[in-house]
Amino acid sequence: MPTETPTFDIDRDKGNFRYDESHKYDAGVGLNEGVIDYICDAKGEDDWIREWRKKALKVFESKPMPTHWASKDLENIIFEKIRYYLAGDTRSKKSWDDVPDEVKQTFERLGIPENERKFLAGVEAQFDSEAAYSNIKDSVGKQGVIFMGSTEGLMKHPEIFRKWFGKVIPTGDNKFSALNSATFSGGSFIYVPPGVKVSHPLQAYFRINAENFGQFERTLIIADEGSEVTYMEGCTAPKFDTATLHSAVVELVALPGAKIEYITVQNWSSNVFNLVTKRAIAHENATVKWIDCNIGSRLTMKYPGVVLKGRKARGEVLSIALANDGQHQDTGAKMIHAADETTSNIISKSISIGKGRSTYRGQVHMPKNLKGCKNNTECDALLINDNSRTDTYPAITVRGDENSVQHEASVSKVSAEQIFYMQQRGLSEGEAMSLSVNGFVNDLTRQFPMEYSVELKRLIELEMEGSVG
Amino acid sequence: MSNTLVITNLNVSIGDKPILKDFDLTIPKGEVHAIMGPNGTGKSTLAKALAGHPDYEITSGEALLDGESILDQEPDERSRSGLFMAFQYPMEIPGVTIANFIRAALNARLPEGEELNAPDYYKALYAKMDMLQIDRKFTSRAVNDGFSGGEKKRCEILQMAMLEPKYAVLDETDSGLDIDALKVVAEGVNNLRSENLGVLVITHYQRLLNYIVPDVVHVMYDGRIVKSGDKELAVELEEKGYDWVKELAGEPVA
Repeated sequence: MPTETPTFDIDRDKGNFRYDESHKYDAGVGLNEGVIDYICDAKGEDDWIREWRKKALKVFESKPMPTHWASKDLENIIFEKIRYYLAGDTRSKKSWDDVPDEVKQTFERLGIPENERKFLAGVEAQFDSEAAYSNIKDSVGKQGVIFMGSTEGLMKHPEIFRKWFGKVIPTGDNKFSALNSATFSGGSFIYVPPGVKVSHPLQAYFRINAENFGQFERTLIIADEGSEVTYMEGCTAPKFDTATLHSAVVELVALPGAKIEYITVQNWSSNVFNLVTKRAIAHENATVKWIDCNIGSRLTMKYPGVVLKGRKARGEVLSIALANDGQHQDTGAKMIHAADETTSNIISKSISIGKGRSTYRGQVHMPKNLKGCKNNTECDALLINDNSRTDTYPAITVRGDENSVQHEASVSKVSAEQIFYMQQRGLSEGEAMSLSVNGFVNDLTRQFPMEYSVELKRLIELEMEGSVG
Repeated sequence: MSNTLVITNLNVSIGDKPILKDFDLTIPKGEVHAIMGPNGTGKSTLAKALAGHPDYEITSGEALLDGESILDQEPDERSRSGLFMAFQYPMEIPGVTIANFIRAALNARLPEGEELNAPDYYKALYAKMDMLQIDRKFTSRAVNDGFSGGEKKRCEILQMAMLEPKYAVLDETDSGLDIDALKVVAEGVNNLRSENLGVLVITHYQRLLNYIVPDVVHVMYDGRIVKSGDKELAVELEEKGYDWVKELAGEPVA
């Protein structure tokens, strides 16, 4: 554990700035085979990946929008108006000194180099389509840990990369995983050798600077037998009038006995459609834990999942979503039990403020032939105002007599009497609200790494103060 | 005017219904006043209107705390001005520990950017908890969450002890307490009695006043005070019953 408490950029307005664009590479507006060729040429990719991308494009085009179950707001994404690849350089730098000034200044304002010095084992900083900076501490690199961009990973380590790439989340999983498979650029490739425990977190930071843009990073993390790794990602974008698209695919593979902890603090500006597919495979005795905090964006659809493939594998999703006016946080979790004695735990807390809307979707699957499987699901919603909204859609399939599932859900409202009580003790209405909300998420944030819980608390205070007249 | 809480001609309605009618009361610092009266006579309305509860509309009148008008202040400003109310039904705040809650309330009294020194704070908190016979494990429990009636009331007095108000209104603090809990709470209040604190004890029963002995007793009926006297008045009222109050108010007794 780090001894210092670094500050993360999760102020809602801290990320709202931008520099002029100067892209050496620009695939233009709209999506077609020519755009795919442009991306492959820019990156210098092999033919197999070019074909793979083109096949994915066809899948993307053939799949309808999932508006029969998801928000109609998806129809407001105009794919023809989006720019799919923008990069200053296709190669990331290993020293901040080599990173172009505007890009370096951006990440300095977001505090990334400072955090790297303080407590991170490695950092990747993506600016629009490509990582501008990527580096790992020597001591960690010497243990055989690989941490680099996905393009570099697929070129330098094809024997590991191709074995798992697209295996956890196939191209056709959903329309947006297909879109990502066609256009992916950036994201991290991580491999941790057997038995290696990476003591400090690896961090990726995703920054969108350009307007009318889509960011499609692709992350693949493989933790070999008995290894341990923590990965954290943060993200921001300036506020534009037009919609911006962020559609990532994240695949995790925890081999027998490995542990992966994946932490996200999503703080996109309120014009970003954030449509992300995240899934892990946990082999025998492996543990995968997703900690997922969604604060920003216009619409987020994200349901981190774990396929519990090996005996005694464990999966966990701890998530917090905060939906303010004009935001829809559609989040949840998937736990697919595929071996005996596998256990999963889902704790989801959502807060809806003003006209904000939060939706929980959960899937827990335990087939009949398994035994000794356990799932615990808790989902709690807190409504701040009378016009706030929350929906819960749990889908639990449990067969067989030797498996057990526990599901609890609650909806509560911050009552006027509670606020009055706190005000009588001298707290302003805003302070009372934020204390109530922090109380609501407290049992969950206590399980987060210290630096995240402190910052989340501060962020909630900022959001609540803004929400009170 | 200073060193007194002065309420004059206070009229308070809930919806269209007038509850307090030209209510007058003056509490000097250093004194304990008790208000007794039958249910529905406006005792709790007085407490909540003073504290600024949004459901209680003040149609006219004045309340001056050490000469400063508080009726235009938000509830939290009134608290920071020195007014404390111990609730009849304290609210639960899930997930927020007592220690954090009281600390937040104290920090709200400091200038912007300043915070309490944590070791000093805990020292003070533990001392007051010992006085009120509250187990120290309580600091990590969420405010009023799953508390017994007695625990809730002790927690109210603990907050009062920590916030050091100038005037405290105890709204039916004896309700829901057995005799042992009542004694502990009363002893806590007695420990806080000082020349810097004015106390208004609102109660339905004389019982509490055996332990918190008041300087002045007021009998309230139909939105106003109908008789005031020393502590013997409470005993007299207990003996004669509330029909006597109706007589005092000039109403026919059924």
